[in-house]
Amino acid sequence: MMDSSKNDSGEECPLEIHDLTVAYHKKPVLWGIDLKIPSGNLIGIIGPNGSGKSTLIKTVMGMVPSSSGWVKIFGKSFRKNACRIGYVPQRESVDWDFPVNVLDVVLMGRYGRLGLLRRPKRDDREVAMQCLDKVKMLPFADRQIANLSGGQQQRVFLARALAQESDLYLMDEPFSGVDAATESAIIELLHELKDQGKTLLVVHHDLPTAKNYFDMLLLLNMRLVAFGPTEEVFNYDLLQKTYGGRLTILSEVADEVRRHAEADS
Amino acid sequence: MAATFRIVFVLALVSGFFPQVLEAAKIGDVTETRVIEQMFRFLSLKDPSVRATVIGTTLLGICCGLLGPFIVVRRLALVGDTLSHAVLPGVAMGFLWNMEKDPLAIFIGASLAGLIGACAVNLIKQTTHLKEDSALGMVLATFFAVGICMMTMIQRLPTGNKSGIDKYLFGQAAAMNQEDLILLSVVTTVVLLLVFLFYKEFLVTSFDAGFARSIGFPVNLIHYLLMLLLAFSVVVSLQAVGVVLVSAMLITPAAAAYLLTDRMHRMLILSVLFGVVAGVGGAFLSFLSNNLPTGPFMVLSATAVFLAAFFFSPRRGLIPRWWRQRSQTQRICRENILKAIYHILEAGEFEEEGVTFSELSIRRNEDLLEVRPQILDLEKADFVTVSKSENRIYFTPDGWQTACSIVRNHRLWELYLTNAVHYAADHVHDDAEKIEHVLEEETVRQLEKQLNYERRDPHGKPIPTFADIEKGLPTARQSRPATGYMSKS
Repeated sequence: MMDSSKNDSGEECPLEIHDLTVAYHKKPVLWGIDLKIPSGNLIGIIGPNGSGKSTLIKTVMGMVPSSSGWVKIFGKSFRKNACRIGYVPQRESVDWDFPVNVLDVVLMGRYGRLGLLRRPKRDDREVAMQCLDKVKMLPFADRQIANLSGGQQQRVFLARALAQESDLYLMDEPFSGVDAATESAIIELLHELKDQGKTLLVVHHDLPTAKNYFDMLLLLNMRLVAFGPTEEVFNYDLLQKTYGGRLTILSEVADEVRRHAEADS
Repeated sequence: MAATFRIVFVLALVSGFFPQVLEAAKIGDVTETRVIEQMFRFLSLKDPSVRATVIGTTLLGICCGLLGPFIVVRRLALVGDTLSHAVLPGVAMGFLWNMEKDPLAIFIGASLAGLIGACAVNLIKQTTHLKEDSALGMVLATFFAVGICMMTMIQRLPTGNKSGIDKYLFGQAAAMNQEDLILLSVVTTVVLLLVFLFYKEFLVTSFDAGFARSIGFPVNLIHYLLMLLLAFSVVVSLQAVGVVLVSAMLITPAAAAYLLTDRMHRMLILSVLFGVVAGVGGAFLSFLSNNLPTGPFMVLSATAVFLAAFFFSPRRGLIPRWWRQRSQTQRICRENILKAIYHILEAGEFEEEGVTFSELSIRRNEDLLEVRPQILDLEKADFVTVSKSENRIYFTPDGWQTACSIVRNHRLWELYLTNAVHYAADHVHDDAEKIEHVLEEETVRQLEKQLNYERRDPHGKPIPTFADIEKGLPTARQSRPATGYMSKS
């Protein structure tokens, strides 16, 4: 396993994962992940289908319980530092017929800062509008979200994440099903965020573009295959290890674990 | 909606079981039979029992109307239905507590039964691979069956007959007593307060639970709070609407509101409004019909509101949609005839200014009987003028511009498909026939630019430009400018 030697020692580590194992319905999908993310990087998470990419970021935010190990966000638990994380879920995860307009959705990005009970103020609206402008969706602020194209929906989600004004961003396939114009607009925005010192972790599906988009890559296939600067990690051997040659034993054991668990209960 | 169909069915079925349900209702305290007098009595609100009914059903409409939108957008409709049926054994237990209708005992019993029902659904869902709808369906039927058995037993008891417990099945707003009203107003106030305070939280957890979790909101807690409110509002509505139909009061007003608006807060307001209309309307109709059960009348009033929204909602209503479709078809039809006139004029190299009916009928491959009304329609819409003396059809400026634009769109699109998309030349026409009617000006300008302002289509025909369209019919410019367009005479 590669170690992240380039970690800034002075700053708090945005995301540290130690010996994390995650199981869905008692079937392990991630095994013993150890990870220290250096701050101020644009990092791509790549791996084949079912390799646990989404699961990894969902576990970081406590949406999926872990079976063992721990996660620290800027040195604290997720619960204490939730407001420092911005999240872009998969576009398919919501009902786009929901009765809200574009501005309503972006305003939700402010909810975390507001906390419970307090309502969004004028300032929050202003921030939301600025974020919409950054993703070039300001003219659509009053549009009902059902009347948007896939790319526009993704931009709205991105604007919502921007409105969170976080330090660490976790994005689940922001490039899936978007047009070329949106894709280049998004990558431009991600670089801009990185230049502001934010750390971005992006689940990515497309291998050819991964090389150009990200400074660092995290190769994942049920366990951490490699993590490091793109030029070091993006090579035939490691990609072969990630994509080729299914880890049959690991997935077979995972199935066995589930069968045993079912027999027990 | 399913509930509406169920009314008739269950009413027929259970009236066999409990003849008292219908008969007891008929011998209510109301003896007058004249409809006008009854209406006046209700609307004037002088009668204290009428006042209580109106207050009760208004509160109920507010309560159900406020929760309904969240139930609808979270797809909990079936959960609401199950919960409402599952409380029936609890109602019976609450009654058996001291053998009389004690609203508090019934409230507690019903809430407990609802809770047990919800737990049963969760248990089935988590321990087996059955999906939620099956679990809900089974729990609904089982609890309802138990409830019916217990109710029948109570009816057979010496005091049970006059207990009024049967009114919990289909609802009787007039049977609400003061304690019922107090309970109802407490729950309504709580719902109103919580929805107002936690609107933001309810909204974000309903739209995107994953995101809500990521910002540290207690998603599960909010879900359970909503379920608890749902259960309470079902229980306090029972007396007025009845177990069988109470879920419709949660769903139908909200569904109608969903058809009318795109924003959650407006949906809440409309839903409350519809809930109150349905509640009070149902009570009114029940009152007019000598206190027949209120539940069915309320649900039917809500359904009437829903149907109105279903047919007439400006954006999603069936009739506005049909109307839009019709005017679209009409526009395309008109544009096609104008295009045919253009083609005839173009074939004659614009020597003539008008076309005859027979030329058009040959071009369109239709007989004169079909062509004539179409032309009269175009004349009425001011696209063409018809000269009766010459038996010819002439473009008006509007008609020319429309025809010319359509021809331009068609040829531009053919050229685009051939040059940029590399379609085979014989494939492009059919596609262009559709696209010509939808291209907008901005797209046309982009197309022109991308095709380097090429003036000929793949078949060698000239493509009209924006300038050509502005200038008007070529012959009109060259030969007889003064009489270029025939005036209507």
